[in-house]
Amino acid sequence: MRIALFATCIVDAMYPRVALATVRVLERLGHEVVFPPGQGCCSQMHVNSGYLADALPVVRNHVKAFTAADYDVAVAPSGSCVASLGHQQPMVARAGGDEELAAAAEAVAGNTYELSQLLTDVLGVTDAAAQLGSWFPHTVTYHPSCHGMRLLRLGDRQKDLVASVAGVELVELPDAEECCGFGGTFSFKNPDVSAAMAEEKIGNIEATGAELCTGGDASCLMHLGGAMARRGTGVGTVHFAEILASTRRNPLEVSGPVELSIPRRPARPSSSVPTQTAGGPR
Amino acid sequence: MSRTALGMPAVRPVHGHGRLHTAVPFPEAAEAELGNTQMRANIRHATHTIRGKRARVVEELPDWEELRSAGSAIKEQVMAHLPELLEQFEANVTARGGTVHWARDAEEANRIITGLVQATGSTDVIKIKSMATQEIALDDHLEAHGITATETDLAELIVQLGHDRPSHILVPAIHKNRHEIRDIFLEQMPETDESLTAEPRDLAEAARKHLREKFLSTSVAISGANFGVAETGTLTVVESEGNGRMCLTLPETLITVMGIEKIVPTFEDLEVFLQLLPRSSTGERMNPYTSMWTGVTPGDGPQDVHVVLLDNGRSAVLSDPKGRSALHCIRCSACLNVCPVYEQAGGHAYGSTYPGPIGAILSPQLTGITSEQNASLPYASSLCGACYDVCPVKINIPEILVHLRDEDVRTQHGERSDDGAAAAPARTRRTPKAPSQMDLLMKGASFVMSSGRRMALAEKGLPLGRVVAGKDRAISWLPGVVGGWTDERDIPAPPRESFRNWWAGHAGETDQRLAADGAAGPADVPHDRPGDAQPVDAPHDRPEEDR
Ligand code: SF4
Repeated sequence: MRIALFATCIVDAMYPRVALATVRVLERLGHEVVFPPGQGCCSQMHVNSGYLADALPVVRNHVKAFTAADYDVAVAPSGSCVASLGHQQPMVARAGGDEELAAAAEAVAGNTYELSQLLTDVLGVTDAAAQLGSWFPHTVTYHPSCHGMRLLRLGDRQKDLVASVAGVELVELPDAEECCGFGGTFSFKNPDVSAAMAEEKIGNIEATGAELCTGGDASCLMHLGGAMARRGTGVGTVHFAEILASTRRNPLEVSGPVELSIPRRPARPSSSVPTQTAGGPR
Repeated sequence: MSRTALGMPAVRPVHGHGRLHTAVPFPEAAEAELGNTQMRANIRHATHTIRGKRARVVEELPDWEELRSAGSAIKEQVMAHLPELLEQFEANVTARGGTVHWARDAEEANRIITGLVQATGSTDVIKIKSMATQEIALDDHLEAHGITATETDLAELIVQLGHDRPSHILVPAIHKNRHEIRDIFLEQMPETDESLTAEPRDLAEAARKHLREKFLSTSVAISGANFGVAETGTLTVVESEGNGRMCLTLPETLITVMGIEKIVPTFEDLEVFLQLLPRSSTGERMNPYTSMWTGVTPGDGPQDVHVVLLDNGRSAVLSDPKGRSALHCIRCSACLNVCPVYEQAGGHAYGSTYPGPIGAILSPQLTGITSEQNASLPYASSLCGACYDVCPVKINIPEILVHLRDEDVRTQHGERSDDGAAAAPARTRRTPKAPSQMDLLMKGASFVMSSGRRMALAEKGLPLGRVVAGKDRAISWLPGVVGGWTDERDIPAPPRESFRNWWAGHAGETDQRLAADGAAGPADVPHDRPGDAQPVDAPHDRPEEDR
């Protein structure tokens, strides 16, 4: 299949390795990955901040870029951005009085999958170790991001994929379904409440004893990773695409998607994670 | 362009008044509340308990989703026919010996109610289910006219005695624990014995003694209503304690204040809501007391029955097709109990009678987004969507929040006129503002993000971010509107190269990538530790690798 990658703005600019991991996984399954060069952003940042008028050109651009490209299905390693395509783009187009754009946006959204959706529902991946050769010998816990969980109804797709990776020890996160407090511009319009929410989440993550927290939204992981780094927590964050991409031959050195997810001051010096694997600021 | 012809009355939606405004913007109010660790612990405990109970009893019903749809559909029907339904309701109440009063806003409602109480000659009233009366600040008005009101709902009594404000729809005293309540009782109820313990049973007994005396000696009651049935003129109050029933049956005069959105068309419709409400609200299959009354029954219960139909901004909400479903709310409080923002900030941070997610959409709509004080409320959410999932009448709260944010942004720049603003006091009216930092940020981002070429160009500047970040690869301070982020969190240093720019030179290297991963075919590897892995000299297949 020819699969169009929608890298999303944050992954493109801040976490290129997550995009590459997505590519590696899909190529391993024998698919061709293309990157529609006109792509920019899904418009979520503008919509969620109330700037619907400013979101319109962003929507128009996305629809144009993905209508023009030649592919079978599109994929993005982000639940919230895929949700934005389906839930927000047609709304923005209609608010701007452009019915034609709304219909085109719906068509593009209808053929765009979140990574775990594509892997499980379309490509039939149920066992990452066997089908992708994924290998990641770490204890991880999983945080389901709100939009993937509630707007896309991803269910346990991401978690199950991670659990099927060889070497992974998955530990349940208490109150997993609670928001991490990111919320886009919410995190700096209401920084105190956002931080209190992160604090709650981080407490739960620490309680699991996991080395890493994984999830499917780079922005939530950036927020959590940033707060954990500030706190000096010994836990890192990693996008699940990178866990899937990691193999025995080319293992993921745990340093990103969030570079600073690595403890700057190791909170637990007796950590059993070998430092070259847990990484360190390089 | 529409014009008002000469001689035509200017019909404009009138916005609400009373306790609907925040005194301080939400972020500041929340910051202050966050410091109150006792309050936060109390709220956390209470919301998590009710949340669990709700989930259990909802799970029992195989047709819960159908019930939600039915509730939502009935409410939509009500909104579409509100004027007729209200008139039908009025006709039926009147036919059965009751009197209906129409109040456009808080001032009018307060005047009507105070007049009715004064006409009885009583200087004391007892109250139950009084959310609507809190909205209009009735107690203050009564007090100014020498009338003392006593709340009889236990939690509301605690709030009243503590000279406090309610912080939750269902459990107004949720922010207090039983030790704090004991102290309030001892201080405010002089008849209470010093030996009072903080045991719930003891506290309830003390309140009961205090209230019984009021029930037996007060001849006027003021209530709210959960539902009003148009086809019969019946009013309904559901409650847990039975104090409401005392209020509704013992006095001679009963005045009910009901928001106009509380109407349902038929008696049968109650079937749906009497299932949805208790399960969503208290996590019970059925609430212990459901009281219904229709006008006056000679020789039984209050013989002088009044209903005040309160608008106070509701018509204005109804006039907005995108926001009007906020009026579907049956005040179950389920959205509060799952909201992570409410959990941290508590009810007082929302500054109005209506806290939590529903408050964040209802208060600014009732007062108009043109009210400066409430403009911060639609931003008091991370849009996580938990409230929508849980709402028994399927109000899409996140979508309305986004809609209101858009209204706010446009109002700020004078792009949106709000007719109701003319009716609002001048001090609350907003004047168009010059572009803020946020506006400029959004404009700039929109320009860059609406072109792949411009994105690629902008991303060439990423290494600059690395310089800012310095050695430890973390940015710990940013200026301006985004500074809130770095007060609490670090930002990772950006990579050397964006994916798009890296991909431009590496797209065709599929074979190298596959070889490097060595992952062609199933890997039957044992689950061992990384120390055993043979590091391979992978080709330079990764963007931004620091080597
Ligand atoms: S908005 Fe929905 S969940 Fe919230 S109080 Fe109203 S009915 Fe209940």
